[in-house]
Amino acid sequence: MSEQATPSANVPPEQEPSTDFVVRLGVAQRAGGLVVPVLTAVLAFLAGGIVVAATGHNPLTAYRGIWDGAGFNWIFHIPWNTNTVNLDAFNLSQTLLTTTTLILVGLAVAFPFRCGLFNIGGQGQYLVGLIVANWVGVSFASWPTLPHVLLGIGAAAFAGAAWAGIAGFLKAATGAHEVISTIMLNWIAIWGGQYLFGQGGPLQNTYNPAAPESGTVVQSAHIPVFWGNPVLQGLDYGIFVAIAALVVFWLILNRTTLGYEVRAVGFNPEAAAYGGINVRRKYIQAMAISGAFAGLAGALDMLGYLFQFGVLDVQASQIGFLGIAVALLGRNTAVGTGIAAFLFGGLLYGTTRGLNPSVFDPSLAGNLTSMIQGLIVLFVGADVFVLYIWNSRRKLRPRRRAEAAAA
Amino acid sequence: MADESGSVLELQGITKRYPGIVADDHVDFDLRRGEVHALLGENGAGKSTLMNILYGLTKPDEGEILVGGKHVSFSSAKDAIESGIGMVHQHFMLIPVMTVAENIVLGVEPVRDGVLLDERGAEERVRELSQQFGLAVDPTALVSSITVGQQQRVEILKALYRGAEILILDEPTAVLTPQEAGELFAIVRSLQADGKSIIFITHKLNEVLEIADRITVLRRGKRIDTVSRQGATEEGLARMMVGREVLLRVDKAPASPTDVALDVKDLEVVDERDLEKVRGVSFSVRRGEIVAIAGVDGNGQTELVEAITGLRRIASGTVAVGGRAFEGHVTPRMMIDAGIGHIPEDRHRRGLVLEFNLAENIALHDYDKPPDSKRGWLYPARLVQRAARLIKEFDIRGGGPLTLARALSGGNQQKVVVAREVARNPVVLIAAQPTRGLDVGAIEYVHRRLVAERDAGRAILLVSLELDEVLSLADRILVMYEGRIVGEHAAGAGEEEIGLEMLGGRKEAA
Repeated sequence: MSEQATPSANVPPEQEPSTDFVVRLGVAQRAGGLVVPVLTAVLAFLAGGIVVAATGHNPLTAYRGIWDGAGFNWIFHIPWNTNTVNLDAFNLSQTLLTTTTLILVGLAVAFPFRCGLFNIGGQGQYLVGLIVANWVGVSFASWPTLPHVLLGIGAAAFAGAAWAGIAGFLKAATGAHEVISTIMLNWIAIWGGQYLFGQGGPLQNTYNPAAPESGTVVQSAHIPVFWGNPVLQGLDYGIFVAIAALVVFWLILNRTTLGYEVRAVGFNPEAAAYGGINVRRKYIQAMAISGAFAGLAGALDMLGYLFQFGVLDVQASQIGFLGIAVALLGRNTAVGTGIAAFLFGGLLYGTTRGLNPSVFDPSLAGNLTSMIQGLIVLFVGADVFVLYIWNSRRKLRPRRRAEAAAA
Repeated sequence: MADESGSVLELQGITKRYPGIVADDHVDFDLRRGEVHALLGENGAGKSTLMNILYGLTKPDEGEILVGGKHVSFSSAKDAIESGIGMVHQHFMLIPVMTVAENIVLGVEPVRDGVLLDERGAEERVRELSQQFGLAVDPTALVSSITVGQQQRVEILKALYRGAEILILDEPTAVLTPQEAGELFAIVRSLQADGKSIIFITHKLNEVLEIADRITVLRRGKRIDTVSRQGATEEGLARMMVGREVLLRVDKAPASPTDVALDVKDLEVVDERDLEKVRGVSFSVRRGEIVAIAGVDGNGQTELVEAITGLRRIASGTVAVGGRAFEGHVTPRMMIDAGIGHIPEDRHRRGLVLEFNLAENIALHDYDKPPDSKRGWLYPARLVQRAARLIKEFDIRGGGPLTLARALSGGNQQKVVVAREVARNPVVLIAAQPTRGLDVGAIEYVHRRLVAERDAGRAILLVSLELDEVLSLADRILVMYEGRIVGEHAAGAGEEEIGLEMLGGRKEAA
């Protein structure tokens, strides 16, 4: 009788197989399923390897060179020699320095993503943070280190939040799409930076009027270095700020009412509104928090190792955009973003300054980074396709077994 | 009788297994020439899987398909179409920016001069077909500009154009108004008269008894029985579908209403395009009674509910909940806090966040108050606790507090919505089409629950497009037509009178 009393329990969704597929996709995305990101990265590296082979190089040697260049080999040399006179240790410290930035610009993309917003403006928000941190770092020369650094970081995060908040406000008030407005805000930040640091600009240095560069951050605003030589761009405490940001990101999303609201809006804005959530306010808040992460990235770079920035640097800087790939590969989760940032940090450093030029041509290696980055974005965007491959693998298995049994 | 012409289609022992579940378990089915054979079963009984197999979309694990006595094996819908099988899906597969004729010939376009689409010829052919079967539709109209009922005719024409002798109609009335459903039945009869054989998939008992010659009932993947319409009753079919006695009539005592809980005065509401959708509506609902609003879809019911629940601005007039009057800009938050509970008409669009788990969904109105949260901090364990309690209390099956809402069946999803709204102990409960898309068992549950909530002293406003539902649940009935209330009736009023008012055919009062 009890069996008969359960008419609709434990039955599969009616619209096989599409519902089934969507469910799996949803579960994989939500649970931070490892399958898609790992497969995505592997596919990207494979495709990259094919291109390397096509240029007449050995892909294994090339990847080995990048691996060593990123300092990853240091991890396996036990006992660890932490002295950064040792090249491997130095490389790793540099990879971690890049990772610091990437974690934060990654979070700047991941957070609004969870609210259903696509923040392309990480680069602009990063630059705004950089500029504000430079201004604070050059000024207030008489302050002690701790308050000076905190002021710089806080002001930069606030500025980044305000900058991104503009896009959130425009979306909430007029419905302007955040992709368009953040791209435009990027250009305003870039041209604004060129004006501020350029000749005659308000933030240009005072000692060399011919150089279109910012002033130099005074010693009291330097974030202390804990690994390596401060003169040789050692690893500063900023990485702990970035790791703390990962924790904060997770806490906000999963343990606060704000995070609940952000996720509800991200999944279904109409249901969120029905539930009593002010959807427009969430758009502004999500963008502002995102901008704070990016602004923080700018501050940590400026006060951690850059100390000075020129007009040409403003034009050349790209790292904010890499945050998109980091967030996508990291599935917009805290842990995923951390791991993806570390991977891209190694890739970025290991193909450029860390790479031994005799092992693999650095000009080719640099392009390899862009390529792998592009492929990952492509594959992540096509995760339906990746999941399809994964699913067909499952489907093939019983068939093979059946064929074997028949034979 | 149809017996003489024999079976045009036979399914023998069809079995389809999915991980952890047998969707179809040795199902036999046969279709005679010129017959309407209804496939009846609850959501998840295996109807759609069976038809997907027949249409070549899924391969069976076991079993045989015979068309016209010959064994066939379909590996795609194309194979099925070539064997003369056509399917009209519940969700139409039409291209809105193309014309009716273009949609119908898509994929098998008539050509002239070798490469060009022969539009004139296509339109001509479509016109012929629509005349032959009484499917009135303009071949030159854009699909985006025609009604849902007409779009369905286009789908049927599409199948006929491809030479279908066997038509599968998957829940064809789910998207239709009662009038359109009546027209569809006329079309089905005309197709039948022309020798077409039709499989009619549904879970609505009254339709089955109206249109089908024979009825096959599926339950949990098994064929329970095949019966002829003669002698079949709604009660008997429901028992076969659900596997137990089902109360089709709602059992309820007379209402004993007390004080007014919801008072709507001269309410006017406009839609996005500034068109007036609710034109000066006044009514009140007292505690302990169910007031139902009957009407054909699109007569302002949706906008009325949205204004009362804070989802739409009140253009003029007032809505008073428990004595507190609201006007102008209202928010859902204001109305929720005033004591409104709302079962929305579309649980996927509004009622649930499908990617949220049940605990998160149940907390949708209360996540920002203790005990769910304190000073902005959320306590997920408390969400889970409450969800576990409600899942038990409301008999929600198919998952626990951490199951995603998407993974539940429609009936259980609706139970989640009902549980959330009722458990908040609202003064007024607004139920907008609360049984839409649900099967008999779930409908019975929702109806009983609404009556129980009425008896517990809540004011209930029911908005429904199903006149049967209105008649069986309501203590008072308001009829809405073109944004106005055109009639008010006590429980037990005549179906015909209300039906006439729903269509605007009311005699002007002297």
